[in-house]
Amino acid sequence: MQLTVWTYEGPPHVGAMRIATAMEGVHYVLHAPQGDTYADLLFTMIERRAKRPPVTYTTFQARDLGKDTAELFQKAVRDAFARFAPQAMLVGASCTAELIQDDPAGLVEAMGLPCPVVPLELPSYQRKENWGAAETFYQLARKMCAGTTFVPRAEGARPRANILGPTALGFRHRDDVIEITRLLETLGIAVNVTAPLGATPADLARLGEADFNICLYPEIADTTCLWLERQFGQTTVRTVPIGHGATRDFIAEVSALAGVDPTAALNTSNLPWWSRSVDSTYLTGKRVFIFGDATHAIAAARVARDELGFEIVGLGCYNREFARDLRDAAKLYGVEPLITDDYLAVEDAIQAAQPELVLGTQMERHIAKRLRIPCAVISAPVHVQDFPARYSPQMGFEGANVLFDTWVHPLVMGLEEHLLTMFRDDFEFSDAAGASHLGHGSAPAKPHDVTAEPVAEPIHDLPIAASGWSPEAEKELLKIPFFVRGKARRNTERYATEQGIAAITLATLYDAKAHYAR
Amino acid sequence: MTPALPTATSPAMPGCLDAPVLRQRGQREVFCGLTGIIWLHRKVQDAFFLVVGSRTCAHLLQSAAGVMVFAEPRFGTAIIEERDLAGMADCNEELDRVVDRLLARRPDIKLLFLVGSCPSEVIKLDLSRAAARLSVKHAGATRILNYSGSGIETTFTEGEDACLASLVPELPADASTAPALMIVGALPDVVEDQFLRLFAELGIATVHSLPARRSDAMPPVGPNTRFLLAQPFLGETARALEDRGAIRLDALFPFGAEGTTSWLHAAAQAFDIDEMHFRRVIAPGRERAKRAMAHSRTRLEGKRITFLPDSQLEVPLARFLANELGMRPVEVGTPYLHRRHLAQELALLPSDTLISEGQDVDLQLDRVRAAQPDLTVCGLGLANPLEAEGLTTKWAIELVFSPIHGFDQAGDLAELFARPLRRRDVLRV
Repeated sequence: MQLTVWTYEGPPHVGAMRIATAMEGVHYVLHAPQGDTYADLLFTMIERRAKRPPVTYTTFQARDLGKDTAELFQKAVRDAFARFAPQAMLVGASCTAELIQDDPAGLVEAMGLPCPVVPLELPSYQRKENWGAAETFYQLARKMCAGTTFVPRAEGARPRANILGPTALGFRHRDDVIEITRLLETLGIAVNVTAPLGATPADLARLGEADFNICLYPEIADTTCLWLERQFGQTTVRTVPIGHGATRDFIAEVSALAGVDPTAALNTSNLPWWSRSVDSTYLTGKRVFIFGDATHAIAAARVARDELGFEIVGLGCYNREFARDLRDAAKLYGVEPLITDDYLAVEDAIQAAQPELVLGTQMERHIAKRLRIPCAVISAPVHVQDFPARYSPQMGFEGANVLFDTWVHPLVMGLEEHLLTMFRDDFEFSDAAGASHLGHGSAPAKPHDVTAEPVAEPIHDLPIAASGWSPEAEKELLKIPFFVRGKARRNTERYATEQGIAAITLATLYDAKAHYAR
Repeated sequence: MTPALPTATSPAMPGCLDAPVLRQRGQREVFCGLTGIIWLHRKVQDAFFLVVGSRTCAHLLQSAAGVMVFAEPRFGTAIIEERDLAGMADCNEELDRVVDRLLARRPDIKLLFLVGSCPSEVIKLDLSRAAARLSVKHAGATRILNYSGSGIETTFTEGEDACLASLVPELPADASTAPALMIVGALPDVVEDQFLRLFAELGIATVHSLPARRSDAMPPVGPNTRFLLAQPFLGETARALEDRGAIRLDALFPFGAEGTTSWLHAAAQAFDIDEMHFRRVIAPGRERAKRAMAHSRTRLEGKRITFLPDSQLEVPLARFLANELGMRPVEVGTPYLHRRHLAQELALLPSDTLISEGQDVDLQLDRVRAAQPDLTVCGLGLANPLEAEGLTTKWAIELVFSPIHGFDQAGDLAELFARPLRRRDVLRV
């Protein structure tokens, strides 16, 4: 048993729902107890979808368990088929139905429905949401591609690619697809099928007609891409085009595969100049902690270091399936990889690293809010406000512009940072008020949100030999703006520990400052 | 000014007391009882709710809790994993380990609920034995109780019922000879305080609340206890209290001016409060309630409303909207119809109201589309899709998450229903 407060991923059947909801013409019958219908609200409320997810739940209750839950399941399948007339159906069990072992696969086979049916085996007690989505997409693609044959492409025909991986409830998937489709158009590459988002089962049957596949979201599409490589000999583009450099790499990889000239598509992002312009100097060496799904976290690390000049002080992901990729990336940036789905462990790591900016999921935003550290969201899971009305991709050159804006926005701006340091006692303009362009979120500085629970304080400071701070040093520390105060305190204490200094004085504070000067 | 007392007993209006009830079985678009933890964990401030369940349970709580996740909450999930399913002995040891870790981390917790879920029920993990075993282990520091919030046994607010019912056998015996009043149901603190002030003014000396805000302040119970249900979904809790000799005071539920009057009046009568004094005490609140509802009434009067089953609040709220705001209920769906506790409410519903219990959501939505009510009260999974079809909706969950009881919330309650209609009218997009 695992003690959990918040979870990064739902159960695997929610992953299957993300595939079914993303597509057209698919219906999913889920053998599940009353209550599991909560998952609908993820799509209708958080993503603001205007349609109910195409899911029928059997919603069995205790009194059904003594009777025939198998018949209940078959009735639900029959009714759903009659009402929704899908092109293809998914059937499966949620965690509780898995335990009662009604065998949806066998039951539905016996019914002989007049449409392709994919029985899903998603082990709820071992696997999670992303895996469930990947497995569902793979099984559905396999089913629909079975027995398909293709006319060989004519010599010199326009190159064609599949865009694979975007789903319902994905972080900015809607906009990423628009951005990448445009990019391919500029290069003269046609999109054969985009899936699962917006695709029908019939579209999946045409996957083999593409020259190559773009694995846009490896968490969802990797399994399918590997199978398509084996099945149809299609190459997979694996560069994820998040950030200016990665987008250029992506263009190079795609152009080479398609045999097209990349120049038309290059250099259309504002990020390089925005980052080189002098106002951005203050971004140099900002300490950033990054956590999310592996793909977004790894991509964010590259942008943070190479394109914004930040220093990476933490890098992690919650999906173990991609742990190896994350470990490799962490090595590149010289940090310890943090691979965990324990929210409390992430909180401890952030508290210990004292970053100046957190890039994470909705969970890290809550941690950062509590610790009063600026934060931007870079990865699912996200709340309703991260499904914006405006066009806001993460990928491609416009995505790079979006990254610059959204990551820099939470920070205190260049000259304001200096003024706050110089005139700390100004009654109208103090660091307690927060950055002046952030009207909200500028509650009086308190180490903990007043609404926070009396939490057992995690041990985050290094054990210090110093008996403590002298009153003068403590007072001086308060003159340092809040957004770097934590770091200054921590550095000073670490310095004192290393130097074997028992009491921290004014001199220790400034010695430490000199020691850690960058 | 003479406030009219409820006409519930008037034989002239049979209402829906004996109306046929439409019962259908199919997909039920409802939350399970675990969802009650979202408000219960804020009410009892030294209690912790540990769900023994699956990743789905944890995901449900987090999705239902929505944007409230800035603090460490007093709930969590012990997620059953593959290896726990291998053998039961292992599962119990694992649970003990998780509880030990939790209580070591949160020594401030004085009352721990082990909350059963669908998976724990299906694998027959005996949480009452686990609670007894762990209570011995943590004796003196933390009391450990259990109840089931599983979807196979409970619908949404029935989770609160199961939780409060599990507290009843633990309540101290009331040995005093004078009668005492108990308000049953988790009310927002501000509302509870308003009621306590009113009862004090009326002259009822001893008034307790179940649940209390702290686990060591839970009320005593005995044959001298007279209790008022503040919520219509507390059937099991009422039965458990009656088993201990307490007597339920039958009344309308305290929604709107009439409901609140009836509810307070039931207590006043049971405690022999002088009728004139009663009217004097409640008059200001009752008048305020009516004043506060007036502007919503102009918007709601004559409008047709359908309730999809959600919290069991549907019948009392439909009565309130019909009688005090002039709305016309089309269908009032409820997950479970407690006829005895709702008798007075049903009698006051217009007799052409369709009462339905349980749900086949697709068939029910067909009825909604056919009836085209002006307002549909439904769950979060259905609201946006219905709006997209052109139907105006009110999320039902807001009705359990907002202070809506009593005189001074009557205006707010009316406003909750008026706002979606007003919004529909002001938007020009």
